[in-house]
Amino acid sequence: MSGFTDREMMAISAGRLIKNGDIVFAGTGVSMLAATVSKRIHAPGAVIFFETGGVDPSLEELPMAVADSRVMDGTAMNSGLVEAFSIVAHRRLNTIAFLGAAQIDRYGNLNSTCLGDYRKPKVRFPGSGGACDAASLAAGVIIFVQLGKQRFVERLDYLTSPGWLKGGDSRRKAGYERGGPTAVVTEKAVLKFHETTKEMYLAEYYPGTAIEAVTAGIAFPIDTSRAVESAPPSDDELRILREEIDPQRLILE
Amino acid sequence: MSDYPEIRDKLMSPEEAVRRYLKNGSQVAIGGFTISRNPMAIAYEIIRQGIRDLHLVCHSHGQALDLLIGAGCVKRVEIAYGANGRFAPTCIRFRKAVENGEIEIEDYSNNQMSLRFLAGSLGIPFIPSKSGLGTDIVRMEGFGPDVRKERKVARKKLVVARNPFGTEGEEIVLLPALNPDVALVHAQYVGEDGTVRIKGLTFADVEQAKSADAVIVTCEEILPKSFIRLDPDQNCLPSFLIDAIVKVPYGAHPTACRFFYDYDAKHLNMYREAAKHDGAFRAYLDEWVFGVKHRGEYLDKVGGAGLATIKANPIIGYTPGLDRR
Repeated sequence: MSGFTDREMMAISAGRLIKNGDIVFAGTGVSMLAATVSKRIHAPGAVIFFETGGVDPSLEELPMAVADSRVMDGTAMNSGLVEAFSIVAHRRLNTIAFLGAAQIDRYGNLNSTCLGDYRKPKVRFPGSGGACDAASLAAGVIIFVQLGKQRFVERLDYLTSPGWLKGGDSRRKAGYERGGPTAVVTEKAVLKFHETTKEMYLAEYYPGTAIEAVTAGIAFPIDTSRAVESAPPSDDELRILREEIDPQRLILE
Repeated sequence: MSDYPEIRDKLMSPEEAVRRYLKNGSQVAIGGFTISRNPMAIAYEIIRQGIRDLHLVCHSHGQALDLLIGAGCVKRVEIAYGANGRFAPTCIRFRKAVENGEIEIEDYSNNQMSLRFLAGSLGIPFIPSKSGLGTDIVRMEGFGPDVRKERKVARKKLVVARNPFGTEGEEIVLLPALNPDVALVHAQYVGEDGTVRIKGLTFADVEQAKSADAVIVTCEEILPKSFIRLDPDQNCLPSFLIDAIVKVPYGAHPTACRFFYDYDAKHLNMYREAAKHDGAFRAYLDEWVFGVKHRGEYLDKVGGAGLATIKANPIIGYTPGLDRR
């Protein structure tokens, strides 16, 4: 087994969470890689689509953004934003969204808008895009965030995309009929959410990673009692990712 | 200027389209999405004509948004997302302008913004959504009370209301409709009769155009009426909604236009470096906007070899194997 980078393991770990029959909403960056990994390796019967309106593209080449002409080629159909969100929200579909964020709290609420006061931000990020919509409307959400106490925070500077809100049944009480985050994929571990309290816990750590190295990057207390070591990436997973999916290393680097 | 009698009074240059339909303070909906089909020829012309205080209404935008903000043309934005793929995880001039308090900003989501245009196109005052309940998008207003009084600004960002058809306590988000002064669309084709055909994803271009008071369409090609009407299923806007038609080959460069050209990674990398520093950005504007009289001179600067490199495969729609680093 050769070594692997953080991004490679993130893409592979997330790709493994997708099942045949899932409808995958992919965003920009690592989530694009993970969606391609799941389609090419783990779940050829999954369908990838983009908030811009491209449904089931062939993905012969890796798109660099969700508006890339590469998400329009070999598709079942090309449409627009209004139609795309009717797929995200569709009650008959198991739509799973891959989302990134700058900050996350223990209930999987996400910030991709700003640091500091919203009206006088210290740092401005791109904003919701379709993330708030996918987090509100999809059947499930898988999140990518790199570990770090400035990212896994007690309190978000701005709540862009709803996770489990305040935990327990607060998401349902707020008016959401389904959805909520199921996993957080980081460069060292995969975190999941407790069945009833909806608090984040450590589910898997990657081969060779110490549990302390994971908890050191999280600013809130976290249950590690259920943690197991992940299976390492297989030679096949790494080869397909490196040679077929992102040979120019557009997202891997 | 043409042999197209049906659209003679709509055909014009980018200079004339901007002069006629854009004013200081106009509310503008930009077509395209991040790195794809941005109406760049019109954006450069807006900057050249020194138009100020624009109010942009956007879902996810990249190159045109960033350039217009950087050039000081923008006072206010309602927006879901400002980024340019891997060239800018957050648009650089956009970010600087927000962090320095140089523009007024109010955040929505993509679904919310596209629904607002849809509502505007249907002539309804607001539209409900389940998106954003319990978030700061719903809780936090960006505009102050003075901005709320201005023309084309909704009196409230949005309203959380009880679903009148739902169970007790069930809440929904009511979003105000948008009717911008101008929508800018870059399409692959316009027919000799003015019918518009966009190839690939339409994003929210159609809803934006239908909601606007005026529509400028730039295009790569003007096609015979007999051809555009042979397959009307492919068309997306009728001529009577369009006010200005401007033929501008490579009009979306450096963003992509499916079947015509890919995004220009070389130009976008150069832009990214320039955008990081005020002086370098000013130099970019001097060279690429003010230093050229029109789009033809701009394309001369990009050069034949540069344009050939990004020429799209006419079947696949992009440029296979293009070095996009």
